[in-house]
Amino acid sequence: MPSRPAEPLPDAEAALATLAERMSSRVPHDAAFVGIYSGGAWLAERLARIVPGEHAVGFIDVSFYRDDYSRAGLKPNARRTDIKFEVDGASIVLVDDVLYTGRSVRAAINELFDFGRPARIDLAVLVDRGGRELPIEATYVAARLVVPDDRSIVLSRGDDGRLALSLEPA
Amino acid sequence: MKIEIANGRIVDPANGVDRVASLFIAAGRVAGVGTPPAGWSANRTLDARGLVVAPGLVDAAARLREPGLEHKATLESEMEAAIAGGVTSLACPPDTDPPLDEPGLVEMLKHRARMLNRANVYPVGALTLGLDGEVLTEMSELAEAGCVAFSQGDRPLVDTQVLMRAMQYARTFGHRVWLRPEDPYLSRGGVAHEGEVATRLGLPAIPAIAETIALSTILSLVRRTGVSMHLCRLSSAEGVAMLRTAKAEGLPVSADVAIHHLHLCDVDVGWFDTQAHLRPPLRGDRDRDALRRAVADGTIDVICSDHAPVDDDAKQLPFGEAEPGATGLELLLPLTLKWARECEVTLADALARITSRPAAILGIPAGTLSVGAAADVCVFDADADWRLERRALVSQGKNTPFLGHELVGRVRWTLVAGDVVYER
Amino acid sequence: MKPDAGTTLSRNPQLNAAGQLTHLLTLEGLPPAIITQILDTADPFVSIGEREVKKVPLLRGKAIFNLFFENSTRTRTTFEIAAKRLSADVINLNIGASSTSKGETLLDTVDNLVAMNADMFVVRHSQSGAPHLIAAHLNATGRTHVHVVNAGDGRHAHPSQGLLDLYTIRHFKREFRALSVAIVGDVLHSRVARSLIHGLTTLGTPDVRVIAPATLLPAEVESLGVRAYHDMRRGLAGCDVIVMLRLQNERMKGALLPSPGEFFKHYGLTPDKLALAKPDAIVMHPGPMNRGVEIDSAVADGARSVILPQVTFGIAVRMAVMSIIAGN
Repeated sequence: MPSRPAEPLPDAEAALATLAERMSSRVPHDAAFVGIYSGGAWLAERLARIVPGEHAVGFIDVSFYRDDYSRAGLKPNARRTDIKFEVDGASIVLVDDVLYTGRSVRAAINELFDFGRPARIDLAVLVDRGGRELPIEATYVAARLVVPDDRSIVLSRGDDGRLALSLEPA
Repeated sequence: MKIEIANGRIVDPANGVDRVASLFIAAGRVAGVGTPPAGWSANRTLDARGLVVAPGLVDAAARLREPGLEHKATLESEMEAAIAGGVTSLACPPDTDPPLDEPGLVEMLKHRARMLNRANVYPVGALTLGLDGEVLTEMSELAEAGCVAFSQGDRPLVDTQVLMRAMQYARTFGHRVWLRPEDPYLSRGGVAHEGEVATRLGLPAIPAIAETIALSTILSLVRRTGVSMHLCRLSSAEGVAMLRTAKAEGLPVSADVAIHHLHLCDVDVGWFDTQAHLRPPLRGDRDRDALRRAVADGTIDVICSDHAPVDDDAKQLPFGEAEPGATGLELLLPLTLKWARECEVTLADALARITSRPAAILGIPAGTLSVGAAADVCVFDADADWRLERRALVSQGKNTPFLGHELVGRVRWTLVAGDVVYER
Repeated sequence: MKPDAGTTLSRNPQLNAAGQLTHLLTLEGLPPAIITQILDTADPFVSIGEREVKKVPLLRGKAIFNLFFENSTRTRTTFEIAAKRLSADVINLNIGASSTSKGETLLDTVDNLVAMNADMFVVRHSQSGAPHLIAAHLNATGRTHVHVVNAGDGRHAHPSQGLLDLYTIRHFKREFRALSVAIVGDVLHSRVARSLIHGLTTLGTPDVRVIAPATLLPAEVESLGVRAYHDMRRGLAGCDVIVMLRLQNERMKGALLPSPGEFFKHYGLTPDKLALAKPDAIVMHPGPMNRGVEIDSAVADGARSVILPQVTFGIAVRMAVMSIIAGN
């Protein structure tokens, strides 16, 4: 699929609706949505309400599974990974805001496997910006963008709960 | 050999001399001060312009580690250190291994020192056999062998009856007794001054009363026996106060302080720096200030180096296990000058504390530049800046809390009995 | 007097050039931000103990040596569990039996282990300052990638215990700035007390009290930022947190106390004394407890006791410390 240029960024709420629509007909009825903090966590919560079916929600912090610990040390502000459902035999959709190198997803998958053995894991992301360094692809994507290396795509949430995408220096 | 030390500032506190002049040395003695003897022609002239020409320093306490503790230092190395520090006479405490409680040991030590032809060594003999605090030593025999006083070194003597009798006996024959006041029970297990620093660092503590209780006992016994008492290594403000009272009363007491305690206090232990592990411990800043004032006003008579070379292995241990002590012979001069500058004491007064007064307490003919006196001379540059590093130290003991410090004052020439034994 | 005496004391040997924690030697002098960072990091580690696989791969491939010169099965086990939950390799060295009793110095032992690719030393020693000595030696010999964690040195410090005590207090009481905390017992010999005092005062606790007979309080204890009480009833009045310290048998021999019985009478925590504190006060103890000496069983097992949660938090806090340090 051809990539759209970075400017302008898509509207996050619209992209979320697109993502939900793409997921609705295809996700298992009882799939659990596990969001990667923080953007993925917000998305997982919203998707669980919009996408038809019974979807348990979990949150994952990948700080302890990252591959850059030796180089960069422990990142501050690690949060509690919160998986209350049984991972063994579960259908899981990992949710993240931006898919880039694929390393966060790799870490999240490793962490999930320390909880048990899922039946399947799919990946849903709001934005795929390319630049993969690992063989990882998303099952569900709302938008594809190309963005310069010195920029990050950031998802934020307003006080009213509205999601928004912005471009920040990396 | 006729030596002329030309145009230096001659400072001889004993004779009240402080002027720029030349010093004339012949046949190992001072032949003239300012005026050459008749028919003078020098074999060698030392240009002492801009330098101070003082009597060779007299150090009241320097551990030479012989006999017995040669892995820490030897007579050879420490005598070299002495003259590098301008020290031409020194008293060494009796706590060697074996202790200096036998005339044979004293004679051998003096003989070895004479053969080396460096500084003059004046042993302080053991007060009791083995320093065990039970049986008196043969003080007369030891005095004949060369002991200038009798002491327990760092060993306690708790039996007050033995202590009193030792003092009575010494008094009978006119011997001096030197004691370091420290109660062994109150100091038991302690490694640092009892106070805020030891509390924070969790170090077992030695309260100041360990010194004052012992001092009280000693002074009472001095009052009772009349012995000439020299109190070693005072460390506390309260101790200084007691000394002042004793002197005012007219008791025959004198005292010294180690050079480290004039400058450092317990805060300098920092994060368990074993270089600052000393005995007595470095006490609080109040104590340090009292010690500084006491030396300035003469309550404390003498500054000594308390030279105690320690091998590196014994310092690279946790604080409580490390051996106390610091090297000091080469620091006596610069640190005395530093104290003098900071306390606004004249050069002559400062030098008296390390020349004429210790000589008087040791009872030796040293510490002066009188005509006819042995030509023991220390020529130094009072303004020379130098950085104290391990390789600058001649002593085998490289451990001192002043490592890395900038010091001012450095020896240029040291003469013993008219021979130039050290020059830089 | 020292030209850099100021910097010697303020150049914290626990922090690297970038101001990050590279050793944990004592809580004294640690910036509050770093203490808070450790407590915040411990949070997610608490839940790992509830998982099926109680491990994260953070310290995989790292070798952690437990250098215990003083015996302690409890503390060593906690550190071992913490290290293994971080996927590190743990080697326990029972030093009493080995080289140092044959005359090998502490630093020689350390050098040998560094040569065996040690990444971290967890050190317990009977002498105050031993971990500082090791850290200084590693820094001076350029081995800045090797880290030291103090598991208790003499009377000086037990920083990981202090941190888990702070974590426990924060968990149950939230805000340090409004608390009255009482530490009861043998403060003189207690590294636990010293570390907790430093931690509490650093985090702004306004009222820290020590309660003990005069023989068990160090000189000038109030210079640590605490108020000293000899009367336990007065000292406990209105307290939010009560920390009971362990009393060791040796104290009777040193003429510090006549008997455990008399100690319990004046300084033991019983229900009636506990009633003098606030109604929701919590009771803590670093363990192991001497029931009937410093604490009554009714209190130790009672509703206000948080002694067991302390143990759980202890593993998480140690995981936090090791993972922060090893990454710097």
